[in-house]
Amino acid sequence: MAHTATQTQVHHETHAHEHHGPQGILKYIWSTDHKMIALQYLFTGMFMGLIGAYFSYVFRMQMAFPGMSVPGFGQVSPGEYNALVTNHGTIMIFWVAMPVLIAAFGNFCIPLMIGADDMVFPRINRLSYQVFLLSAIVLIISFFVPGGGFGGAWTAYPPLSAVAEYNQTNLGSSLWVLAVALEFVAFLLGGINFITTLMNSRAPGMKAYDIPMVCWMIVIASILFMLSVGPLIAGAVMLFMDQTIGTGFFDPARGGDPVLWQHLFWFFGHPEVYVVLLPAVGITIDIIATFARKKLFGYKLMLYTTVATGVLSFFVWAHHQFVAGIDPRMANVFTITTLLISVPIAELVFVIIATLYGGSITLTTPMLWALAFIAEFLIGGVTGIFLGASGADIYFHDTYFVLAHFHYTFFPIAIIGTFAAFTYWFPKMFGKMMNDTLGKIHFWGTIIPFNVIFIPLFVLGMGGEHRRIYNYEHFPELAGDGMFLLRQIATVALIVMLAFQVVFFYNCFVSWRKGAKAPKNPWKANTLEWTTESPPPHGNWPEGLPNVYRGPYEYAHPDRKEDYWPQNEPS
Amino acid sequence: MIPQASTYAASIDNVIILVGVLVGFWFFVAEGMFFWLIWRFRARDGVRSEYIEGHEKHLKRWISWPHGLVLVCDIIIIVAAVQVWYNVKQRLPEADSTIRVIGQQWAWTFQHPGADNALDTPDDIFTVDELHVQVNTTYHFLLESRDVLHSFSVPVFRIKQDAIPGRTITGWFEPTLTGEYDMQCVEICGIGHGAMASRIFIEDQQAHSDWVRTAAVTQAQ
Repeated sequence: MAHTATQTQVHHETHAHEHHGPQGILKYIWSTDHKMIALQYLFTGMFMGLIGAYFSYVFRMQMAFPGMSVPGFGQVSPGEYNALVTNHGTIMIFWVAMPVLIAAFGNFCIPLMIGADDMVFPRINRLSYQVFLLSAIVLIISFFVPGGGFGGAWTAYPPLSAVAEYNQTNLGSSLWVLAVALEFVAFLLGGINFITTLMNSRAPGMKAYDIPMVCWMIVIASILFMLSVGPLIAGAVMLFMDQTIGTGFFDPARGGDPVLWQHLFWFFGHPEVYVVLLPAVGITIDIIATFARKKLFGYKLMLYTTVATGVLSFFVWAHHQFVAGIDPRMANVFTITTLLISVPIAELVFVIIATLYGGSITLTTPMLWALAFIAEFLIGGVTGIFLGASGADIYFHDTYFVLAHFHYTFFPIAIIGTFAAFTYWFPKMFGKMMNDTLGKIHFWGTIIPFNVIFIPLFVLGMGGEHRRIYNYEHFPELAGDGMFLLRQIATVALIVMLAFQVVFFYNCFVSWRKGAKAPKNPWKANTLEWTTESPPPHGNWPEGLPNVYRGPYEYAHPDRKEDYWPQNEPS
Repeated sequence: MIPQASTYAASIDNVIILVGVLVGFWFFVAEGMFFWLIWRFRARDGVRSEYIEGHEKHLKRWISWPHGLVLVCDIIIIVAAVQVWYNVKQRLPEADSTIRVIGQQWAWTFQHPGADNALDTPDDIFTVDELHVQVNTTYHFLLESRDVLHSFSVPVFRIKQDAIPGRTITGWFEPTLTGEYDMQCVEICGIGHGAMASRIFIEDQQAHSDWVRTAAVTQAQ
């Protein structure tokens, strides 16, 4: 299954550049057009997503049916199992969620939505993608080196990650750290561009509160990323030196401290959650406003709430370390900050829900995805409270409850948010309308199995099932028939969900080849990207950049007959 | 739920239930409101959506009141969680006995104090992957690691603590039920992590002293 999907993928890439005129392959790779770079990020991210999905299929099979020869992989050894779970997490966060949500949609949306002809630093933009591609290649190589891929979890806690004797993947772990560090460099380069472009290249007349929320969100996310990633890059360099030249930054025998890494990692790692969350929230807001034909309820409230969330997210990191051996008194402080972050997050959700009030809601495919994001993310949000409350976390820490919780945040973010954005902007990206029926089949075929995968995992986590275990038969209390049944239900649901992705790739392909030609503004939306051709030519608005006269969410304005009012239309 | 076999297991479960009730309430209110609005304001012919800016005071109340309520719930949860945390992790009650727990790739070594009830004496009993404790006795555990991070977890006690090489971390528990239960390593520690299983035997006074006697003999041989 993964293979056919990959081939469809490749077809897409080939067609994508045929489509953009008679450019040679080199011209395509060296393009500095933000839309082309967005597509490069999008397809690379999707390709990596297929690898990550394939990994999850293999280890879920091993978990549900221990010892079986997994079709398409074979027998899974404990070392391979660890490498699969480690790299599934690494790939999905660093090589799927970030490139697709921030880099692909950031690149595509920001210049088009603020009325610019391109990014301010097109060559840095290109360099960003090339470093990112290199990082992906380094990561993929790490799976095939002697010893296999790194298997010390995506959090890479030393001494396991630092000492070859312990992890038994000498080359794999060094390449893993190298790949992650390169990926950070790529996103630093990208982030500079997003922030600068938003600050300097807005269309005449576009004031701060006229910027579409998705652009704000991607830029705030980039700022969070750039402020938090420094310590982890330093940590990655230290870890790399511990691995390769035998320094002892994290080795207690030589005066180092393994817990230091955990602080550096989570100081970045928790803001990182908001780095990927915010773009998905922005996408959701724009889609909901469009298909509810409603002005956003409280634009400034939303914006300042987001900034508050971002600031708070720097003070919660040690809730990942309650039982890690930190001073127990610290847990009290971090419990307070962690639970307080539920206030702005709840407010974001309330604002989005309130926006629906008085609307005129059409359930198109992108709207279904956007609404599903809210419905599912709520589950992820409320289950996080159990883990932020130190007393309850003693039991839940490192169980499947945690795993189910963060998949209920990351899946809505990285998968549901991506499909929402992709189906919403597909007409603009490729100039064709997507098939709505196939889109809805794909939607339900993804959402229903998703819940069937992860609800049993909450139950297993409450039953004490802990994470990253190759074979639960070793633990008598976790090896009961009931628990294995729940694991098998989750695994079967995963396979069903993966199978439905074929519908998505088929839909993309068929719509791209035979779909109806997309008009400039198929959704009757207000933002600037809908005022140019679909797809926009190089330079975006060849006849001259637009002027902006109003905010992005003026739907159903009483002074106007139509229920939408594009930002660029003079009153 | 799995058995509550320590003095604080019930209090941890109670925090979980408290959080469950509070967030469950919010979850159903928010989802209920959400789906009701989607249905109520579905597109209908000739009905135009309303133009609401969201700056109006009487409308903002729909955000600010729930907002205040969320904060109140947060404070209740914080108070409950911190109390339990203080009791389980921060406070260290007087011990009746002390054991040492040592993690290494990929086994647990347990050092029991033996008949003299003092640790680091010649009659200490060492076992691998088997911990023997006496019911209704307060234990301190000294947690160490020989190589990488491990995590000592006794689900029936609801206790969990990472072991860090180069450090000794002290914690406590008091068993309240007899029986034999699973213990787990819950921090990934290399390729054998998935098989690093061990068992805890909680015995009454008679059974425990019998075990100490037999084990001492076996160990001497």
